[in-house]
Amino acid sequence: MHMETNQPTPEAASTNGWVIRAENLTKVYKMGAVEVHALNGLSLRIARGEIVSIMGPSGSGKSTLMNIIGCLDRPTSGEYILDGEPVARLSDDQLATIRNRKVGFVFQSFNLLSRATALANVELPVRYSGMVRGRREKAKAALESVGLADRLHHRPSELSGGQQQRVAIARALVNDPAIILADEPTGNLDTKSGQEIMELLLTLNREHGTTLIIVTHAPDIAAHSQRIIHIRDGVVEEAV
Amino acid sequence: MNIWQAVLEAFESLSANKLRSGLTILGIVIGVGAVIAMVSVGRGAQATITESINGIGTNLIFVFRGGSEDVRNPKPITLSDAEAIADPFQAPSVVAVAPVIQDSGKVTYGRESTTTSITGVTPDYASVRKYTVTEGDFIDQEQMLGQASVVLLGSEVADKLFGRRDGLVGETVRIESQPFRIIGVLKPKGGSSFSNADNLVMIPFSTAQARLIRHSTSDQVDLLLVEAISPKAVPEASNEVAQILRTRHRTAIGADDFTILTQQDFLSTASTITNVLTIFLGGVAAISLLVGGIGIMNIMLVSVTERTREIGLRKAVGAHKVDIMVQFLAESSVLSLFGGVIGIILGYSIAFAVAQIAKANNAVISPSISIDITLIATLFSTAVGLFFGIYPANRAANLEPVEALRYE
Repeated sequence: MHMETNQPTPEAASTNGWVIRAENLTKVYKMGAVEVHALNGLSLRIARGEIVSIMGPSGSGKSTLMNIIGCLDRPTSGEYILDGEPVARLSDDQLATIRNRKVGFVFQSFNLLSRATALANVELPVRYSGMVRGRREKAKAALESVGLADRLHHRPSELSGGQQQRVAIARALVNDPAIILADEPTGNLDTKSGQEIMELLLTLNREHGTTLIIVTHAPDIAAHSQRIIHIRDGVVEEAV
Repeated sequence: MNIWQAVLEAFESLSANKLRSGLTILGIVIGVGAVIAMVSVGRGAQATITESINGIGTNLIFVFRGGSEDVRNPKPITLSDAEAIADPFQAPSVVAVAPVIQDSGKVTYGRESTTTSITGVTPDYASVRKYTVTEGDFIDQEQMLGQASVVLLGSEVADKLFGRRDGLVGETVRIESQPFRIIGVLKPKGGSSFSNADNLVMIPFSTAQARLIRHSTSDQVDLLLVEAISPKAVPEASNEVAQILRTRHRTAIGADDFTILTQQDFLSTASTITNVLTIFLGGVAAISLLVGGIGIMNIMLVSVTERTREIGLRKAVGAHKVDIMVQFLAESSVLSLFGGVIGIILGYSIAFAVAQIAKANNAVISPSISIDITLIATLFSTAVGLFFGIYPANRAANLEPVEALRYE
């Protein structure tokens, strides 16, 4: 019933196709004897290159949806096609490979390895991709593209919050993923660096055409996106 | 991700927590160190014992009175037995026979005195036991026949009585109050861990028999030393000796009233004892290695819990289960390998310290550094790390990424 309002801008869909197609997703958690229905037949399409915000109160199933979109978790039933590949029934290791190639994560709390330098942090996904030569150069290029060319060998503790999040963004885009999934990317930042991070994300979207999916509570962050998807009680409520 | 990289990364993360890593490997260090020290000292002792047994002479046969316990009234071995064995027609594999009678007695010079082994020997004894003199001459046939009151001093006896080992020929010492003229000083043979060959005096067999050591049967000897023509002929020679003695003593079949020991018998007995000792000590030490391994497992489990978020993040950016597994196994192996290497160094240091202490106490133990035991210790300690790392690593590898990322 939400299909009509769930459509992205027509021109995006026609030129690039869907990067995300989720049909009738359900997710049921067993908490002891009680079954919790986190998703109730949710369907969703996101076009390539789109900037989408996902909003919803806690308990709405927003986190569950984000985990499934990010291939961190599998739906109980339903179909999910990410960048042309059906991923709903893949094994743990297959999902890891998909995450490595197609998903860039940006977390609220940065999630950088504290012992490693910025460069090593960004290099991490490249390493898990099995690439042997040119990893360092690739990581360096990613850091340069987020404006941290002069902070390659700093550790997270030597960087400001905004700089740490830039490192995280460089890590997210180093493998040239199909989507960047940002979970409250500005939640731990002050207003000014928050704004800079948002601008950086938007710029990357403009320059690389990477699809950007932002999960947020903050309306002013969501306002940057082309489309807002509201989740309530495990289904898509409306699109703006 | 290749292994080398995993090892490098393991180094990084372990060095981030130096104190903890250090304490963790301490268990392995002590375990490996103990194993190495025990085995090394054990083998050193074994080598020393073997050496001193070899010093007896490789083609020697010892013949004692008395056989197995159920033989009653064993006949003494006599000089006539010795003569029979010395007969080249009866015993072609025998080169020489040296009868010995022994007792302990007091030797005095002036106010100095010492209690030592008084050994009555024939001139052949020198060649059979490979004794040489640093000065003077060995007992000769004339002194033998004349029951001369002459004596050869062992180097230790010389040290005790005179405080020197030269210029002693012609001096007179008293053995059990009877005067004896010194005709020579024996060259030290060493090998103090097995029957001291330098703490004795030698006098002519006949003199000892007539004047110092009295036995019920007049020509009884305490020990026959038989020299075979070559080390290979030792079994043959001991057969010949046994045949001669059986005939002469008229023993029943299978009831010999004498015992024949060869150097091989001594060697195998000694090596059995030292092997058992080494295995026992090594086993005790291995237990501490096991305890060290459990320590590693404990710390690895703590580390996995602490780094749950890191594991979640690694999985989120594409780490497979095996990547996480390898990462943690590399850490536990590096820990135990390091512990092993330090333990080996510690073990050998302990072994050398023990050797120094032994040296200060006049016992020679040269600890052996052996490649095999070092390699085994290294491999074993790494295996301990791997084994005790499996459970924590597996636990890390099977963490759900969603939950690991949410972990506080």
